[in-house]
Amino acid sequence: MSKLEFVDIMPRQGRVSRKTDLTSFEYSYQAEITGIYPLTATEKLYQLRIVDPQLRKRFSFQPGQFVMLELPGIGEGPFSISSSPTRHGDIELCIRAVGNLTHFLDRVLCGTVVGISGPFGTGFPMEKMEGSDILLIAGGLGIAPLRAPLFSVLENRSRYKRVDIIYGARKPSELLFTYQHQMWRQFDINLEIIVDEGDPDWTGPVGRITDILEQRIEQSSGNLSQNTFAIVCGPPVMFTFVCNMLIAAGLPMQKIFVSLERRMHCGRGKCCRCNIGATYTCLSGPVFDYWEVMNMKEAI
Amino acid sequence: MKALTAGFSEERLGPYYGGKSMLFRVFARNELETLYEILAVNHVVGPVSRGKSKKGRELFAFDYLYDFQDLRLDFTTTTHSLKPFVLPFQETLSSFKVEDDSWEKYVDLNIYKQHVFFGVHACDINALNKLDKVLSEQIYPDPFYTAKRRNMFIIGIDCHPQPFCFCRSMGTDTVLHGFDMLLTDLGDRYFVEIQSARAWDILQQIPTEEPDEEDHRRFVETVEARNQAFSCQVDTSDLTKILDLEFQSPVWEEWGRRCLSCGTCANVCPTCYCYGVREHVDPDLQGASKIRQLYSCNLIDFAEVAGNHNFRPDSSSRLKYRYYHKHRGFQEVYEEPLCVGCGRCGQACLAGITVPEVIASVRGQEEEDE
Ligand SMILES: Cc1cc2nc3c(=O)[nH]c(=O)nc-3n(C[C@H](O)[C@H](O)[C@H](O)COP(=O)(O)OP(=O)(O)OC[C@H]3O[C@@H](n4cnc5c(N)ncnc54)[C@H](O)[C@@H]3O)c2cc1C
Ligand code: SF4
Ligand code: SF4
Ligand code: FES
Repeated sequence: MSKLEFVDIMPRQGRVSRKTDLTSFEYSYQAEITGIYPLTATEKLYQLRIVDPQLRKRFSFQPGQFVMLELPGIGEGPFSISSSPTRHGDIELCIRAVGNLTHFLDRVLCGTVVGISGPFGTGFPMEKMEGSDILLIAGGLGIAPLRAPLFSVLENRSRYKRVDIIYGARKPSELLFTYQHQMWRQFDINLEIIVDEGDPDWTGPVGRITDILEQRIEQSSGNLSQNTFAIVCGPPVMFTFVCNMLIAAGLPMQKIFVSLERRMHCGRGKCCRCNIGATYTCLSGPVFDYWEVMNMKEAI
Repeated sequence: MKALTAGFSEERLGPYYGGKSMLFRVFARNELETLYEILAVNHVVGPVSRGKSKKGRELFAFDYLYDFQDLRLDFTTTTHSLKPFVLPFQETLSSFKVEDDSWEKYVDLNIYKQHVFFGVHACDINALNKLDKVLSEQIYPDPFYTAKRRNMFIIGIDCHPQPFCFCRSMGTDTVLHGFDMLLTDLGDRYFVEIQSARAWDILQQIPTEEPDEEDHRRFVETVEARNQAFSCQVDTSDLTKILDLEFQSPVWEEWGRRCLSCGTCANVCPTCYCYGVREHVDPDLQGASKIRQLYSCNLIDFAEVAGNHNFRPDSSSRLKYRYYHKHRGFQEVYEEPLCVGCGRCGQACLAGITVPEVIASVRGQEEEDE
């Protein structure tokens, strides 16, 4: 008789944050919702605070990365961090109510404790962009992941040259963060907003996001300086149009960054739900440069 | 083999140091039952008969064994591989104790005992080795899978190629690692390759011998005979490039029309590992759990995101993605395909879609007479 010895791979009960540690897989930080601000009829801004002060301080991320947020028994989903990296474990998420988890979140009250894991994925290369012009192009909810790099720019405004935000939404009532637009402008940022269809109070331009981009490119006499970086975020249909215009205006593909959305069930390169070809959007993305996007089948 | 170990006799180096004696032994056929009994204190899983298919082919499955007589080492490809033992169709990832506004999370890896797998073919061992690359060796290793993998004692066995087996084309007809011992049936005796110290220790409990010239000859003969029996193959030369070039090929549309998007192929595939996660609240409202269920990229909502946008809305794009991941993407990262050529998907497919046919058609090599 030979009883084989059982191998326990998780003998220690401890908190470990190394990404190759077997104990970190199902680990999530408990985070309390400390503030909820309705932005539109379907979107709210949630302020979350990692409960353990030690862990809160240690939590760090790059603009563009996302967390998996879970509510026990309800569901789990990926959400881009929409706050400044310098605020560590005091994060903000801008969430649109579309399904199970997000509708539930729409109804919770301040003080609810949720689970957060991450940060996951790649971020925007903020250091590499220093000393350059920056074009932030957002459609709809795409402004949420753009807010993190925007905060980095605002906090280090002198390190970047000309900064433009081109922001498009379907209707004026769907515009997000309107209360901050004035503040952004004060930081010498050119904010241009356009809506698909106006309403009686709307005084700004009506049309498509590419109209504004065209104007911006014309201002540079048809040629964006080689010293420009663009970050594009929005619904899938927007990418091709916007990116093609940028390339036509002379911007190299590796200076255009996009954040792609895919279905995600793990965030850790395991469930395959986020795959494009065999590229894991959760590991190699969600931030890709346009060259990488062109080299993946069916990316946009 | 002989030249390598010349002069290294067991007397001089002791049983643990003679390279050759360490790796290969032979034992009499009737000792197999003793070996089984020695290991029976653990959970033992092995191939058993499951009756006959409609076409009269005997069906086999891996199941827990309670009697040596049920063990069928002469088995042919099982309907399911060992996958359910390392990646159960449904598995609880964590459970929560919920109280008012707070909750606590508990994780149980769902394995408590060593499992002995008595009789596994090379393709299925290779499939586990491939899964390891993603699930155990990458960033964020999966502890649920890894814990089960670390508690496996694997006894491999030589196989009987079926008309649908194309493992030779995938380079998975032989297995180099990932088992404790590997048996080859030589008729009245078993030839055994030993790859772990614990396998060696266990074999000390039954009489074994150093293989002699005759055993070597019969081993080579057995291998030759098996190689002769392969009848199915896939041309993999430059396949990654061809898959890229033929991405828009109309043959995908054709296969897409036939595919029922049922996901059976991924279910029976030993190397498919994708899943979905859902959570639910316990009926007593005191707790909740998070459950993962294996999925298939052929199912319609696999890549659907909010706003009802589906990145692969039609069956042809999903079927194409499955092949693309296995023979293009995985190959790019790990320099091997995510397919062991076991042919299970083709056997199980209700629409009769098989890997060799799909790849041949993409290469433009359909054979009209087939
Ligand atoms: C990298 C990344 C960043 C994201 N950032 C934000 C953000 O900042 N704000 C925001 O509001 N949303 C964001 N999303 C989308 C958000 O993850 C989904 O809307 C959310 O998971 C839907 O969950 P649900 O339970 O409410 O929906 P469900 O009830 O599960 O389903 C509703 C719809 O959402 C789709 N869906 C379900 N689960 C996912 C999932 N895990 N990923 C994508 N789609 C899913 C379903 O196909 C269905 O069409 C992001 C997604 C990704 C991949
Ligand atoms: S088993 Fe056949 S019909 Fe079903 S999804 Fe797979 S290829 Fe399509
Ligand atoms: S794809 Fe088909 S032949 Fe290849 S390993 Fe999976 S089931 Fe076997
Ligand atoms: S989200 Fe699971 S693999 Fe990317």
